[in-house]
Amino acid sequence: MTRRLSYREAMREAMREALQNDPRVFLMGEDVGRYGGTYAFSKGFLDEFGPERIRDTPLSELGFVGAGIGAALGGLRPIVEVMTVNFSLLALDQIVNSAALLRHMSGGQFPVPLVIRMCTGAGRQLAAQHSHSFEGWYAHIPGIKVLAPATIEDARGMLAPALADPDPVVIFEHCGLFNVEGELPDNGDDCAVDIASAKVRRAGKDVAIITYGGCLPKALAAAETLAQDGISAEVLDLRVLRPLDDAAIAAAVAKCRRVVVVDENWKSGGLAAEIVARIVEHAFFELDAPVARVCAEEVPIPYAKHLEEAALPQPDKIVAAVKGLFA
Amino acid sequence: MDVEHHAPPPPSGPVPWDKDFAFRLLADMLRIRRMEEKSAELYGAGKIRGFLHLYIGEEAVAVGALHALQPQDNVVATYREHGHALVRGLSMNSIMAEMFGKREGCAKGRGGSMHLFDAATRFYGGNAIVGGGLPLAAGLALAAKLRNEDRVTACFFGDGAVAEGAFHEALNLAALWKLPVLFCCENNLYGMGTAIERAEAQTDLCVKAGSYGMAALSCDGMDIVDVHEKTREAAARVRAGEGPLFVEYRTYRFRAHSMFDAELYRAKAEVEEWKTRGPIHTFTARLKAEGKLAEEEFLALDAAAMKEVEDAVAYAEAGSWEPVEEMLADVTTPPEAAP
Ligand SMILES: Cc1ncc(C[n+]2csc(CCOP(=O)(O)OP(=O)(O)O)c2C)c(N)n1
Ligand SMILES: [Mg+2]
Repeated sequence: MTRRLSYREAMREAMREALQNDPRVFLMGEDVGRYGGTYAFSKGFLDEFGPERIRDTPLSELGFVGAGIGAALGGLRPIVEVMTVNFSLLALDQIVNSAALLRHMSGGQFPVPLVIRMCTGAGRQLAAQHSHSFEGWYAHIPGIKVLAPATIEDARGMLAPALADPDPVVIFEHCGLFNVEGELPDNGDDCAVDIASAKVRRAGKDVAIITYGGCLPKALAAAETLAQDGISAEVLDLRVLRPLDDAAIAAAVAKCRRVVVVDENWKSGGLAAEIVARIVEHAFFELDAPVARVCAEEVPIPYAKHLEEAALPQPDKIVAAVKGLFA
Repeated sequence: MDVEHHAPPPPSGPVPWDKDFAFRLLADMLRIRRMEEKSAELYGAGKIRGFLHLYIGEEAVAVGALHALQPQDNVVATYREHGHALVRGLSMNSIMAEMFGKREGCAKGRGGSMHLFDAATRFYGGNAIVGGGLPLAAGLALAAKLRNEDRVTACFFGDGAVAEGAFHEALNLAALWKLPVLFCCENNLYGMGTAIERAEAQTDLCVKAGSYGMAALSCDGMDIVDVHEKTREAAARVRAGEGPLFVEYRTYRFRAHSMFDAELYRAKAEVEEWKTRGPIHTFTARLKAEGKLAEEEFLALDAAAMKEVEDAVAYAEAGSWEPVEEMLADVTTPPEAAP
């Protein structure tokens, strides 16, 4: 038995379940309550759970993320929603200098069991200040776990283990995925997934496309095109960006011997660079061709549609990069 | 709704301006209104994309305040800045083309609705990070002060921005260093869906600004006369070297926050009540009552605004797309142009 739902519905269900199951859980962020959630993820929650647990905040990203850290230290299990990764820059100090460091810096005395969710990514013509992808920056920081649910299953199932995690977990939800629909196995209440491993979303043998988040559908579309041209592409969804699943990456490399890494971050110093470095360090002799990357162009993401499309990874660019490895 | 916001009584008293000046301000409010009504329509038609934040209802603020500035002054605005750009002197053509994403736009189509820029009129942009413009304005004013320039920096932002750290840091810096900044707070009572009472422990914004040791005054943002007279006086004080000054404009947004807002957070009756205080028709009524404006004259101003909009749309339609090959230009200075 399966049921069909959207990414948005999956996230909403996951949060509702968490709020119902654990009185320590509360949701806090800009316009999560009366507005109904910027992306309608928390629509109706205010009526169901009340203003103490569905807490609208002022426009004070540094303040309320910091307060979330404090509340976590104080025994609660906050879900802090930062409207978008773009505004998380205003909260970065609290995330980096408090949430990520406290456990270690305190000699293990003060773990921070906090979940921070934020929308990320470009593709909606929102222009440069609203189109960032900083997953790579967050994945740089020891002390936090970074998740990128790209499927309905993960949108539904990652929150519960994230809340159960004793350390801070940052969840990136790509804005291009919210209306995507998919089937979910009808497991009753048990939707939890693991938050440790990468997953093969399409099996193949000639080339491994390693990606995550908003680029997953693009990679799958590229794999489909490649199949028609006789190239069998494996698509590996990283899912967890920190810590990376090195074993899954190594297995994909060993199996396919050619690799393209696809990532919406800018190429210089982005997450794709880290993945390529690991492949070169650990699996260099498994490779039959240099590793290729398809990333965002090194430009502030422009507003005009044709420029925005040109600035971002697209299925045709992925196809071209793969074919380049066989030239 | 448990928080209610009532509109102030309609403005009264004589309009202290000659006919020519009153007409210019009325014409500018109409230009903004007609341009934005058309923009909403064009959004529906898919010509304008991304975020579109309309200023409808708040026109008296930008028009009244910007007419109190001088050409050498700086203007810093938010993502709700079509009106400010237009009154500051950007052509409607270049604004409309920008919203279409065309190369003929004031930012070559790279910025869109939220990022209008124009060096010629010292319009330092639409900033889409709430509060992001305030420290920038302090810096522009610092430059003017250190260079002994006669230049006021007017910085527009919303009530929501007051909760950001950037607001507090910028006001403190500006006051500490006596910088010539005019902080123009457009208090439309909501930041997205959050009423000011739910965002601010102290809802009297003048008290907050005043705590940094600067003069702060409040005016009826639905009354263009009050907006202009108070801003003119405030700008003169800043220009005279008194340091920064904070002006609160109490206003109201008639439309949704952006094109994605279901407006669950406020009562329709509240919006309707404020609409009766619409800045265009109250000003029009006063001018008519004083015998300064005839209906035909009003219709002529409105027709001119609509014609300008029509021309701007045609201009934007006829515009071109920046070639993809040029997309990377201007990320930084090209090596051959660098010193
Ligand atoms: C730092 C930051 N946080 C959140 C947002 C999302 N956002 C855009 S506009 C807005 C409301 C701002 O309200 P206000 O300052 O009162 O201006 P208004 O829209 O009412 O003109 C919000 C929350 C943002 N753009 N920047
Ligand atoms: Mg506001």
